[in-house]
Amino acid sequence: MAKFKSKKQNIAIDMTPMVDLAFLLITFFMLTVKFRAPEAVEVQLPSSIADTPLPAQDILMISVSKDGRVFFGVDSKHVRLSILEKIKERYGYEFTEKEVRTFSVLAEVGVPFEQLKSYLSYGELERKAIDKRASIPIDSTNNQLKDWLLFARYSNPRLRIAIRADEEAPYLVIARVIETLKDQKVHRFNLITTLEAQPKS
Amino acid sequence: MAAEVGGDGGAPKKGKKQGKGRKPKKRPRIDMTPMVDLGFLLLTFFVLTTTMSTPNTMPVVVPPKIEKEEDVEVPKISETKVITLLVGAKRVYYYTGIEKPELRTTDFSPKTGIRKVLLERRSEVESRHGKDEMIVIIKMLDEARYKDFVDILDEMAIIQQKKYALVDITPEEKDLVEEYKKSINPS
Repeated sequence: MAKFKSKKQNIAIDMTPMVDLAFLLITFFMLTVKFRAPEAVEVQLPSSIADTPLPAQDILMISVSKDGRVFFGVDSKHVRLSILEKIKERYGYEFTEKEVRTFSVLAEVGVPFEQLKSYLSYGELERKAIDKRASIPIDSTNNQLKDWLLFARYSNPRLRIAIRADEEAPYLVIARVIETLKDQKVHRFNLITTLEAQPKS
Repeated sequence: MAAEVGGDGGAPKKGKKQGKGRKPKKRPRIDMTPMVDLGFLLLTFFVLTTTMSTPNTMPVVVPPKIEKEEDVEVPKISETKVITLLVGAKRVYYYTGIEKPELRTTDFSPKTGIRKVLLERRSEVESRHGKDEMIVIIKMLDEARYKDFVDILDEMAIIQQKKYALVDITPEEKDLVEEYKKSINPS
């Protein structure tokens, strides 16, 4: 028994370099990875053959859920803050410091301006519950998406507009969104899709 | 799979024991397997999350809004160049020409669907007017879903159709589709 054990000891592999390498790579990926902020709405993207990757910066995202609710998001904290500033100016809402901080990390917002303050004062769980039913109004009488767009583009004119809609979203809602973009003289935008193999012609 | 960790590490504690005890040469041994497991698990996780989070985009250009009707000169196009697609839910109704349209229908299936129709129309237009003369007019029906919209734009990209326009549907065309649906399915 003792003899057997000593033999086993001889073939032990020194794993230290491997562990070193693994942790080096982990560190590298941890530092380079850019987590997407949790999105307010889950979207099943349609597929297309388009293979242009979405630019990493200056993205203004309009999301449309399966049941046709509209959400708005920008990728930069700086722009978010200045949008909130504009909302304050325009609608006269006062936000506490905590609410401003909450807003500055939100990837997407989908509540009417009237509810924005109370939405921001809630905790994360309540906000999630609201996200399941709220939407930015886009009717012709009360088109708040227009204001969101206006404020965002005022803060950063270089924003590229992307539409992230569920494949089952009704086209009528998409048409309203496109109409709103046209009103703002935006005639160029991107539809976010997943990649599908190009058919052989 | 045990691995050794540095010879006299943790010496002060063991030193005492060593002084007292019987096994002076035995080194502390740490089993690194769980650590390696965890390490590679995390590694896999980060590798996957970094490569997966690059969505693709499809660029779209829409015509500017007409503010005053009289300001805009309606471009005159030969109706033999045009094909109009009325896109519904997973279904495309199409007609050629402008006067007395005769509606037909197809779907998005890759070989027999709208692509075939478009390519046929294109070769027809090409023999008459020359290359790249076909104009596709896309009108979305109210029943359409976002997927249908992406699919039809995708078809344009696949057949490399440059000349296409997204136009609002007229009530007449809506009626046309309704009538057509009734004629197929009278119930």
